Amino acid sequence: MAWTRKILRVNLTDRTCKSEPLNMDWARDYLGQRGLATKYLVSEIDPKVDPLAPENKIIWATGPLTGTMASTGGRYSVVTKGPLTGAIACSNSGGYFGAELKFAGWDMVIIEGRASSPVYLSIENDKAELRDASHLWGKTVWETEGQIKSEHQDPQVRVSCIGRTGENGVLYAAIVNDLHRAAGRSGVGAVAGSKNLKAIAVRGTLGVGNIANPKEFMKVTFEKKKILKENAVTGQGLPTYGTQVLMNVINEIGAMPTRNHQDVQFEGARKISAEAMHEPRESDGKAQLINNQACFGCTIACGRISKIDETHYTVVNSPKYWGASGGLEYEAAWALGCANGVDDLEALQYATMLCNEDGFDPISFGATIGAVMELYEMGVLTKEEVGIEAPFGSAKALTYLTEITARSEGFGKIIGLGSKRLCEKYGHPELSMSVKGQEFPAYDARGVQGMGLTYATSNRGACHLRSYTISSEVLGIPVKTDPLTTEGKPALVKAFQDATAVVDSSGLCVFTTFAWALSDIQPQIQAACEGDWSMERLDLMGERIWNMERQFNNAAGFTRKDDDLPKRLKTEAAKVGPAKGLVSGIDKMIPEYYDLRGWDQEGRPTEDTLSRLGL
Amino acid sequence: MQKSLHIDPSKCTSCLQCEMACSFENYGVFNNSLSRIKVFDFHHSGAKVPYTCTQCDEAWCMHACPVEAIKLDKDNGAKVVLEDVCVGCKVCTIACPFGTVNYVAETGKVQKCDLCGGDPACAEACPTGAITYVDANWTGLERMRQWADKLGNQTA
Repeated sequence: MAWTRKILRVNLTDRTCKSEPLNMDWARDYLGQRGLATKYLVSEIDPKVDPLAPENKIIWATGPLTGTMASTGGRYSVVTKGPLTGAIACSNSGGYFGAELKFAGWDMVIIEGRASSPVYLSIENDKAELRDASHLWGKTVWETEGQIKSEHQDPQVRVSCIGRTGENGVLYAAIVNDLHRAAGRSGVGAVAGSKNLKAIAVRGTLGVGNIANPKEFMKVTFEKKKILKENAVTGQGLPTYGTQVLMNVINEIGAMPTRNHQDVQFEGARKISAEAMHEPRESDGKAQLINNQACFGCTIACGRISKIDETHYTVVNSPKYWGASGGLEYEAAWALGCANGVDDLEALQYATMLCNEDGFDPISFGATIGAVMELYEMGVLTKEEVGIEAPFGSAKALTYLTEITARSEGFGKIIGLGSKRLCEKYGHPELSMSVKGQEFPAYDARGVQGMGLTYATSNRGACHLRSYTISSEVLGIPVKTDPLTTEGKPALVKAFQDATAVVDSSGLCVFTTFAWALSDIQPQIQAACEGDWSMERLDLMGERIWNMERQFNNAAGFTRKDDDLPKRLKTEAAKVGPAKGLVSGIDKMIPEYYDLRGWDQEGRPTEDTLSRLGL
Repeated sequence: MQKSLHIDPSKCTSCLQCEMACSFENYGVFNNSLSRIKVFDFHHSGAKVPYTCTQCDEAWCMHACPVEAIKLDKDNGAKVVLEDVCVGCKVCTIACPFGTVNYVAETGKVQKCDLCGGDPACAEACPTGAITYVDANWTGLERMRQWADKLGNQTA
């Protein structure tokens, strides 16, 4: 068994930390991480709870393969009810924190209540205690991590924490670990902030030793690592270019949401692409990209380490940003760049650093700026209100708005509400490019039809990581499907959703699935965890997790009308590119998807479905 | 032929597969804190550097040990800690100029890289070739080859 079989339950109101045994019956049905933490959450909270109330809980959870030599085995998830959406929130992160938590002997940390003053949780193996964090409140992520390491006199302590945005209730505040890896979406950081919880600092020296079949595990993980190395995406594309490998690809197929989804191609895409990050700059002759970095145990290493141009207007007087730092990922480059028509690569690097430094989701933030710029161009928002002239394409506006959002100052407070609330406030709810209140990521639902259904039905609001059909519709993995048609997409989306739910519950990274099928992951789980972990069982588990999340959302008040896309994507056709003339066929796909799911036409799982899944 | 570990930091991604392979080989557990090789991640520069014992010929640790608990493995040149002889006095940890022999509180003994008896698990696990196990007399061979390539194939 690769679980530690121990949960740490922390009550912030009572200031207690208690160890309890992991419910192994649940572990067998929900594996770990996303699935298992969600099972705990939905069993313990009222679905209608205010996400920022003490009655909400927030869970840090590892998977059975976290902290092992399985490639990418370093993931952890943060699960709670999200304030941006009011739906289930599950954000996962890499870096080194997840493995360290497992090494300290914990599968999961469940946080309850609210502390009367700022605290952080310190974990050293089985010793867990709440410590005063008054002196850390108001500090950035980077300052917090530095200070905790210094106070603990231990450079090896790993920190998962919030920045100022989490404290200030920015509804898409993230939880950041290892300086620039984030449980990024749905505002999990705001939940931590609402509880006066600044950070979890962990040092684990116990390791993971309870592998069911160690010899087989070493053999099979070694074989599977070879597959990752030999695959063009995981062996070459991602290590060399990172996720930014997609910038030119997605732009060429006309699925690049541009200027708040008014366009589907961005004329400046090349200037902010992976290739551009590799090219020497005019100013100093150096490339922005320094090298790539892996998360714990990852043999792909897609992470970017970059250095900003020291002469750029954003940092010329701020040497603290001159060092190497987390670089642009595709989603951030899109949201900060294409969504706003900004093609200044250095400005985007600056903005992405601020998102890391103060812990907020660049996708939701960037997409919200897209809406701000559209409202500005319409004359609804003025320079006086925003604080700067903010037309599409203005890098100065983007970086200024990033700064005031990081500090929650002035108009930054309104940006921190996300596009849905912001657009409603200014009388144009139709301009929020979101589902269930969460902003779209970097693929236009007109140019890649399956992604429209992915967004509409994602349990945590619009998200690409719940069923990344780009793999099939664009990259041909495992089989090529036509991105322009809705045909077959409900089945494709369902299959991806269920498989991804298993990956997200294992401790592994979903990026492995560019090269691995679930059948490549299954033997790794089988070797690590005792008992039967057949494909049939995992398939059913994925579906069970999906339906459990859905039930929670339904009970929270979501209905069929929430499984929809903004009017723009359904009525304003793509103007150029392969998808020219097309709108999203979401209305055609939903009924078929519900049928395939075994749900009624209101989107509720039928009794048969629930009993088949053991829910 | 004697072989030695060769480290090329420019290829390291800090995935820590080497550390886990080391702890698993020696203790049967994935536990980076027990690894004899360590990867250092220098955030400010982006450099990531694996570091471990280089098996000095005139090994300070071996000479300093008062109970002769560190022995030469003649097959591969490794300086090996004999756990049943080591008394945990830590003098070797002071003598080593590089810090690569360390005390393990849990066992009361010191530990250092022993080249896994001639088949180092870290080199096998490294996915990028940052850690290789090569002819000790020719650790510079790959770098020479790169320059030779430049000289012979890339000059105009």
